[in-house]
Amino acid sequence: MARLNLALLAAVLISALAAVSTSHRARKLFIEFEREQQRMRALEVEWGQLQLEQSTWATHARIEQIARDKLGMHAPKPGQIVSVER
Amino acid sequence: MKLSRSPLLDERLPAWRAHFVMGVLLFGSLALVARSFYLQGINKEFLIGKGESRYERVIDISATRGRILDRHGDVLAMSTPVQSVWAIPEDAKLTPAQARELSALLEMDARELGRKLAGERDFVYLKRQIAPDVAERIAALKLPGLHFQNEFRRYYPAGEVTAHMLGFTGNEDAGQEGIELAMNAQLSGKAGSRRVIKDRRGQIVEDVESIHAPQEGKDTTLALDAKLQYLAYSQLKQAIVENKAKAGGIVILDAKSGEVLALANLPTYNPNNRSKLSGAQLRNRAFTDTFEPGSTFKPFTIALALEKDNVRFDTPIQTAPGKLTIGPATISDAHAHGVLTVAQVIQKSSNVGAAKMALALPSEDMWKMFDSLGFGQPLKLGFPGEAGGRLRPWKRWRPIEQATMAYGHGISVTLIQLARAYQAFARDGDLLPLTLTRIDAPPAQGVRVFSQQTAREVRAMLEMAVQPGGTAPKAQVPGYRVAGKTGTAHKLEGGVYANKYVSSFVGFAPVSDPRLIVAVMIDEPSGGKHYGGEVAAPVFSNVMAGAMRTLGIAPDDTLKPLQMANVPPAKEEM
Repeated sequence: MARLNLALLAAVLISALAAVSTSHRARKLFIEFEREQQRMRALEVEWGQLQLEQSTWATHARIEQIARDKLGMHAPKPGQIVSVER
Repeated sequence: MKLSRSPLLDERLPAWRAHFVMGVLLFGSLALVARSFYLQGINKEFLIGKGESRYERVIDISATRGRILDRHGDVLAMSTPVQSVWAIPEDAKLTPAQARELSALLEMDARELGRKLAGERDFVYLKRQIAPDVAERIAALKLPGLHFQNEFRRYYPAGEVTAHMLGFTGNEDAGQEGIELAMNAQLSGKAGSRRVIKDRRGQIVEDVESIHAPQEGKDTTLALDAKLQYLAYSQLKQAIVENKAKAGGIVILDAKSGEVLALANLPTYNPNNRSKLSGAQLRNRAFTDTFEPGSTFKPFTIALALEKDNVRFDTPIQTAPGKLTIGPATISDAHAHGVLTVAQVIQKSSNVGAAKMALALPSEDMWKMFDSLGFGQPLKLGFPGEAGGRLRPWKRWRPIEQATMAYGHGISVTLIQLARAYQAFARDGDLLPLTLTRIDAPPAQGVRVFSQQTAREVRAMLEMAVQPGGTAPKAQVPGYRVAGKTGTAHKLEGGVYANKYVSSFVGFAPVSDPRLIVAVMIDEPSGGKHYGGEVAAPVFSNVMAGAMRTLGIAPDDTLKPLQMANVPPAKEEM
């Protein structure tokens, strides 16, 4: 009887310690998960800002100005356009 | 050893005293047991809550407002997180060096900063909506009494080009104008919150529950084509500067699908910096301002006359002597023409000819046609302040009103209504509902207003109007067959026609298979020219030429040198 009780006590102790360590591990992993999610949000924000930056650089007014003033380009005259049949 | 005896020990006490003390002690311990039973068993939530509040936190999860994209996916409007800096002036005691550093980072005058911090209030915004990296550098200074608040700011990369179409949002990221308001429900996200467990370092270690899941705002893809929008905007701007006009508007519609491809108004504003805004800049004229359309209305009258078999395209109409008296009023042509065919009435834009045809039509039929073309009622696209224009009930029309309506006076419309009604000619007589968002499968058939034959005949007449001998040879586009109609209307001021004009042009191309409808309106041109054919038609031509090239639409006309020098354009009527 006493032997069985001892064995049970040991089992309870082991299980309790395992529960503690598991929940500790779970929390550690969760912290890591949170950190990654935060990184994801930060990257999303950065992506948004890059998108904005891209569309600001690519405004048609700016492109037209550069094409005309810097590169000396102009729209083709009607006679210069050759249309290709598909 | 003998103990001295105390007489006190011999005293016999009454037994009830011992019992009383025993009872009090017993009662006390019972009360404790009952109390602990109450706290642990019956009312346990209270203590559990108290305990949890030591380590559980509810945190808000912000939701981002959806983006607005053009039809090709280019970003037109987007929200990005920013920070607002606020301070508690009482706590914010800065050294002069700190204040200097802060004012430099905030790009704010040092004196203004001092004034803000010297105030009596408990809370003061130092600056709203600054970039996150600047906020980080300010936070690194570790100044006392300074706090940060997360906010979203909306950016519009195209700025003033798309201002009226998109509108803008207020400080709380809620739509206030334009698409932002019309589609606010779809665009705005719903912030959520969740309950978590934090450890002593403030890290989240466990998710307890999600109270409200956040709902991200949905992206909206507009029908708008950013390239065409820029083209329309820049051409309109140029025309307004050249003609010293007060204002103007332009609309490009896809004739095949009813999509609004571009819409611009001037004067405009920069939605990214709205510190100085006037009502005139904010007006979305194409939607909210009605004007008397003038001669751009004649094709509708003539289409109805053709539809009712009153006339054929070559029926002669006597317009001499260029005047027509109806009751006490007289309508007149600026240039008397003599006998014109119905087609020439459009080509030369004769008021008398159009009025004569209108008078032969029942007023009820005319009203029904205007009504089914969408005049007199708002388009209901959800735009704020959308106007319906004025179309009086036909029972109260007097003959003179019916005659003037034939050439677009005594009736008022918005530019977008006018552009939409021209669908009837650009398509084979039917009208599609307009849409601001991109649609992938356009409805094949709209609501029929005119028969296919009528629509095609009017289309041919409208093509004549832009050819030599018509009112708008300047609307021609090299390589493409175009069709359209000019309008030049006197402006009503206080019930009297003033010596100010609204010049307009509505047309479409290519005529062999119309793809685009462009409507241009220029308000009060005062650069010496005021006819629609001189002021609005060149804008149409430039925009249409650019749009045809941009969209890669095959030319349907041979290139021929423009012949405008030897044939003077026909003078159009008011």
